[in-house]
Amino acid sequence: MSTSDEPETEDLPAPEGASDVIETDYEIGQDNITPRIGPLGLDIHNPVFAISAGVVILFVAVILLFLDSVGGALGDLRVFLTSTFDWVFLTAGNIFVLVCLGILISPLGKVRIGGAEATPDFSYAGWLAMLFAAGMGIGLMFFGVLEPAYYFATPWGDTPLGRDIGIVDGELMDPATVEAARRTAMAGTIYHWGLHPWAIYAIVALSLALFAYNKGLPLTVRSMFYPIFGERIWGWPGHVIDILAVFATLFGLATSLGFGAEQAAAGIAFVFELDGIEDSTNFAVVLIAIITCFALISVLRGLEGGVKRLSELNMILAGLLLGFVLLAGPTIALLSQFIGNFGAYASEILALSNPVGREDDGYRQGWTAFYWAWWISWSPFVGMFIARVSRGRTVREFITCVLIVPTLVSVLWMTAFGGNAINQLIDTVADAQVFEFVIADYVPELSLFAMLSELPFAAITSVVAIVLVIVFFVTSSDSGSLVIDTITAGGKINAPVSQRVFWVIFEGVVAAVLLIGGGLAALQAAAISTGLPFAIILLVACYALIRGLMSEPR
Amino acid sequence: MYQKIAVPVDLAHVDRLPRALQTAADLSRHYDAPVTFVSVTAETPTSVAHSPGEFEAKLAAFAQEQSQKHAISADARSYTSTDPAIDTDRILRRAIDELGADLVVMASHIPGVADYLWAGHGATVAAHSTASVFLVR
Repeated sequence: MSTSDEPETEDLPAPEGASDVIETDYEIGQDNITPRIGPLGLDIHNPVFAISAGVVILFVAVILLFLDSVGGALGDLRVFLTSTFDWVFLTAGNIFVLVCLGILISPLGKVRIGGAEATPDFSYAGWLAMLFAAGMGIGLMFFGVLEPAYYFATPWGDTPLGRDIGIVDGELMDPATVEAARRTAMAGTIYHWGLHPWAIYAIVALSLALFAYNKGLPLTVRSMFYPIFGERIWGWPGHVIDILAVFATLFGLATSLGFGAEQAAAGIAFVFELDGIEDSTNFAVVLIAIITCFALISVLRGLEGGVKRLSELNMILAGLLLGFVLLAGPTIALLSQFIGNFGAYASEILALSNPVGREDDGYRQGWTAFYWAWWISWSPFVGMFIARVSRGRTVREFITCVLIVPTLVSVLWMTAFGGNAINQLIDTVADAQVFEFVIADYVPELSLFAMLSELPFAAITSVVAIVLVIVFFVTSSDSGSLVIDTITAGGKINAPVSQRVFWVIFEGVVAAVLLIGGGLAALQAAAISTGLPFAIILLVACYALIRGLMSEPR
Repeated sequence: MYQKIAVPVDLAHVDRLPRALQTAADLSRHYDAPVTFVSVTAETPTSVAHSPGEFEAKLAAFAQEQSQKHAISADARSYTSTDPAIDTDRILRRAIDELGADLVVMASHIPGVADYLWAGHGATVAAHSTASVFLVR
C-alpha cells in the first residue's frame, strides 16, 4: 500500500465514538498472497488457506481409503471424549452461561460493539432471523419432535436424570408418572436448546465482535486470543487456531449437509409415498447439488440480498409452521404447558447441569456431552457469523438477543412440536405414528413428519417442513462459506468473489463424495472431536473477553 | 459540459490509481467541475482502517491532498457495507445518483477471461449508470 501521504496509525481518530483500539504492528492482509489460478485472482492468507484446503482433501482421501479402520477409530474417539470428559463439557457449559449472565447484569453490558456511537446495520427482525437461521434452525426441525418423544418413552434407559418414563412396553403408565415423565422430557430437551448452547455462541460471537469492531483486529478467530498471546497470535499459534476453526466449520457443514440431504430424501419419500428413493444415494446427491446451487446464488447476492433474505424467509415459514402446530394441536393445553415447561426447565436446570456424581450416563454422556461438543465445534462458524452482523449493538442488547430471546423461542418451539408429539403418545400410545418412528423403530429423520401426519393438512405442512429444511441448509451453507472465506483470507471480508464460490462448491463436493464413498459419520466424529480442545480454548477466551470489555469506555 | 465528477477509489490500492487521478484532475480543471472521491469500506477492520470512522477520515485526507496537489476542488464521501465484495457496485451507483455526478472517472483493469464471470466494478458501473463513465486502464 503506497499511502505514505496518510497519517500512520499513531494518532488514531476515533470518530465512531470512544473505543479502546489495540495497537499492533500487524496490518490486515500482510500475510496474504495474491496468486492467479487461470484467469481468477485470489487474495488468501498464507498459510491458512493452503493448509486448510489441503488438510480437508487429505482427510477425506484417508477416510475414503481406510474407511473401516479410520472410520471406526474416529467414532470411538468421539465416544471416548464425550464419555470421559463429559464433566469438562458440562462444567465449561455452565461457566459460559455464568459469564454471559454476569456480563449482562454488570456495567460491562453498557459497552457498545463498534465504538460508543456505532449504529446497527440490521433491523431487529433481520438480525434475529439471521441469529436463528445460523445458530440452530435446522436442529430445531430435526430434534423438535424427536428429543422430547424419545426422553418420554425411551426403552434404552437414557432418560434425563434417570427418571421413570411414561410408556413401558407399549403400555401407558399411571397419570402421575406420565405427567412427571412429560416434564422431565421437556426440561431435558429445553436444557439442550436453551441458555447453554446460546451462551457458547454468545461468548465466541461477542469476543470476535469486540476484538474486531472495537479493538481493530482482523475478523478472524485468532483475534479473540490477542490478550493471551499478544503479537505471537499472528504466527503459528494463530494459524493453528484458524485452521482448526476452518476444519470444524467445513466438516461440520459438509457432514450435516450430507446427513441432511439423506434426511430430506427420506422425508420426501415418506410424504409423497415414493418407494425406493428413501435410501437412494443418487437422490441425496441431487439434493446436495440443488442446495449447493441455491447457496451459490445466495453468496453471489451478498449478505444483505442473500443470507438475510433467506433467513427472513425461514423465519416466516418457521413461524407459520409453529403457529399451525400450536393451533392444530390442543392449543390451550400447549399454551399452559409453555409456562409449565419453562418452570420445569428452571427447576431442573441445576440438576441437569451438575457435572459430577450422577447416574444417568446415557443421557449425560450420550446426549448432553455430545450436544455440548457439537455446539462448541460449531461455535467458530456461528460466532463469526453472529459477530459480523452485530455491529452497533450494546453488549447488554447483544446478550439479551443472543441468549435470552432464543432460549424463550426454543422453549416455545419445543412445547409446540415436542408437546404435540407427547400428547399424541399419551392419546394413542403404541398406535401413534411418533411411537412407531421414535420408539418402536428408531427412524429419527421421520419423527417430525410422523407428528405432522396426525394433524390436519399433513400433506401441506409436510411439504412446508421439507422446504424449510432445505432452505435452512442453503442458509447454513451460504453463511458457513462466507465465514470460511473470511478466515482463510486473513480476516478480509472483501476478498475476490471467486473464493467464496470455491468454498461453497468445495463443501458440496466433500458432502457428495462422502455420501457416495461412505464416511460421513467418521468425519462428523472428527468435527465433533474438535469440541474438546475448543472447550478449553473458549474457557481461556472468557478471560480474554472480560479483560477486553473492562478496557472499553462505558 | 460536466457539473460534478465522481471518482471511485480503493484506498488499499492507491498505487494503481495515478492515471485515473490525473485524468480526473485534468477534466475537473477543464470543465471547472468539482471532484468527489467515493469509496466503499467494510464494517470490519481492513488493511486501510480500523473502523469505518477512521476510513472516512483517511478518505477525507486523501481528497484534501489531491485537491492541493492538482489545484482542484475536491471532497470525499465514504460508504460502509457489511459485504463489500458484493455490494460495492450497487453502492457506487447509488452514490453517483446521490451526488448528482454527471461524469464518473475510475481506474479499471484490462478485461480478461475472468471478466466473463465477474465484470470489474468499472465495467458494471458503466453498464448501469446514467452518468458518463470514463474507465482509465
